[in-house]
Amino acid sequence: MGLDINTKKAKKNAYRISKARGIGASRIRVPGGYLKAEILGMVQEIAEKYGNGIVHLTTRQGFEIEGIRLEDMDAINEMLQPIIELLDINQQEPGSGYPASGTRNITACIGNNVCPFANYNTSELAKRIEKAVFPNDLHFKIALTGCSNDCGKVRLHDFGIIGMTMPQYDPSRCVSCQACIKGCKSLSVNALRMENYKIIRDEEKCIGCGVCVTKCPTRALTRSKKKYYKLTLMGRAGKKNPRLGEDFLIWTDEDTIVKIILNTYRFVKAYIDPSAPGGKEHIGYIIDRVGFTEYKKWALDGVELLPETKIKDCVYWNGIHFDR
Amino acid sequence: MGYQIPRQKADRLFARLKQNYTIYAPKLFAGDGCFSDTDIIRYGKITDLDEIEWNRRSDYSFKEALLAINEVLFYFTEGETTVPPCPEKKLLIFLRSCDLHAVKRLDTIYLKNGAEDFYYSRLREKARFVLMGCWETCDTGFCASMDTNRSEQYDLYLKLSGSSLWADCKSEELQPYFAEAEGTVCDVQPDSVTENKEKVTLPRKLSVESFQNPIWESYGSRCIGCGRCNFVCPTCTCFTMQDILYRDNANVGERRRVWASCQVDGYTDIAGGNSFRKKQSERLRFRVMHKIYDFEKRFGFPMCVGCGRCDAICPEYISYTNIINQLAKEET
Repeated sequence: MGLDINTKKAKKNAYRISKARGIGASRIRVPGGYLKAEILGMVQEIAEKYGNGIVHLTTRQGFEIEGIRLEDMDAINEMLQPIIELLDINQQEPGSGYPASGTRNITACIGNNVCPFANYNTSELAKRIEKAVFPNDLHFKIALTGCSNDCGKVRLHDFGIIGMTMPQYDPSRCVSCQACIKGCKSLSVNALRMENYKIIRDEEKCIGCGVCVTKCPTRALTRSKKKYYKLTLMGRAGKKNPRLGEDFLIWTDEDTIVKIILNTYRFVKAYIDPSAPGGKEHIGYIIDRVGFTEYKKWALDGVELLPETKIKDCVYWNGIHFDR
Repeated sequence: MGYQIPRQKADRLFARLKQNYTIYAPKLFAGDGCFSDTDIIRYGKITDLDEIEWNRRSDYSFKEALLAINEVLFYFTEGETTVPPCPEKKLLIFLRSCDLHAVKRLDTIYLKNGAEDFYYSRLREKARFVLMGCWETCDTGFCASMDTNRSEQYDLYLKLSGSSLWADCKSEELQPYFAEAEGTVCDVQPDSVTENKEKVTLPRKLSVESFQNPIWESYGSRCIGCGRCNFVCPTCTCFTMQDILYRDNANVGERRRVWASCQVDGYTDIAGGNSFRKKQSERLRFRVMHKIYDFEKRFGFPMCVGCGRCDAICPEYISYTNIINQLAKEET
């Protein structure tokens, strides 16, 4: 009997069709790249039972179990089930593997689970967004990073989420040591200065990175109770026009970000090119076609911005053009 | 006299104390730590027994209740100066044994080191101290080594345990509050530790040669000069002066004194632009020697009380206790 595989279905089931005939790879998405170590053992077991013993650490914080035979996909899906449950992946039918692969794994830097610079728990927010958008076949790339250092390289994503904090200053605790000023100057954007021995923060310049807070030896500078975010839009690599994502909202919150992402899925459904190969057209190209003003109308539908949120009314992307 | 007071009655007692005293105690400031989603324990005014952090040592000491980080000494207008009034209410300060021993160090510097300091003295007279017990040692403290693990010099000892407040009141001034609290008279002894995880031996034969010890360079090269060790220390008392002048009229303004740190740039700057201790190694040496050597030469007891806060807060993991023990070891 000949090998009879629906490759479209297999790809949506998170399998790669490799260049070797009859051989593929099983792709395991790990939201936020944050997982219990016991999953590593499960991945090893599948790789040694059905694969060639090799696992690739993917560029989007997943595992790709190499060298599997395509006819073993159902058996592998059974073995993936405990992993899917431990990672709390949305799934309609147990034992059927990963239900979609269009929207890519939501990646995150280590965030404030560990990193002293991070301004929030990146893996928790990654999981919240995962629960809101998956399963989904539309081609979206979402990434989160704890602070403006952007170790998560979120500006190469359709949605980049950068943690911010609004520094809270208590002048009665300030000893004028200038550790914050020096830190801001050497590590960040030089937004602080001293006047009459107290700190003045240039609110236009400040990027909410939190360096001043970590440097303060007396707790005169602390983090805002509210966690803030910068949302960047439509960065990408690719053949036509690689470019960095541009700021859209500055000093926004989690609820707004989730709403805007969900609104964007609706926008894409309305405007996607029906003749796009494989039913896939990247959002960035759709916005290029439709125009930012129209996108913004959809994105902000039903969204109430915080009073402190700064919004960019017009967003222009530049980047390198190979398509002109 | 000792008392066991049921919680409800203790709350009423606390409400009465609150009317006549401003109460300072270690408090958890959620989210105010250096890093995201970390907390800090420091002193603040409290209005309720439950606001007190009873279990963990505060990251910053009680000293800010007696020595404000920023204190206005006087306001000046063109022709006259005005001294801000002293707060009317008395102070009730909750602290542990090591910190109660630190009060003696503050008193030594501000009251017995030449002329009395007017601002410290007027507040100090109003201060009453509530001892909080330690039933187990904190991680970095070495009070037993410094003989500061017990103190009898308290006005009041309080312990919140189960559904009761346990008190030992030594102060006549506070006695009436307890007499009318309808508690049960009993013997109450403060909890104290007799042993710490950290044990420290002070060097006894330090001399001028110690200045050349390579240990200073070794630790100094790691120090970033942030001053946290000074700011958390219950016995560091240094301040600097700041004159704040109104921008539109430089003859009007205020003079403040503000906490200073011997580790931070500027501490030894003098007129003409010279600075005595430029290198971090020199600053670190100065701090350690002051805590364990030269203060004792002058006053008869070491400055350090062994609270261990400096070791716990140092972002560069410089261990003051290790430095002292290494110095002592080299002597033998």
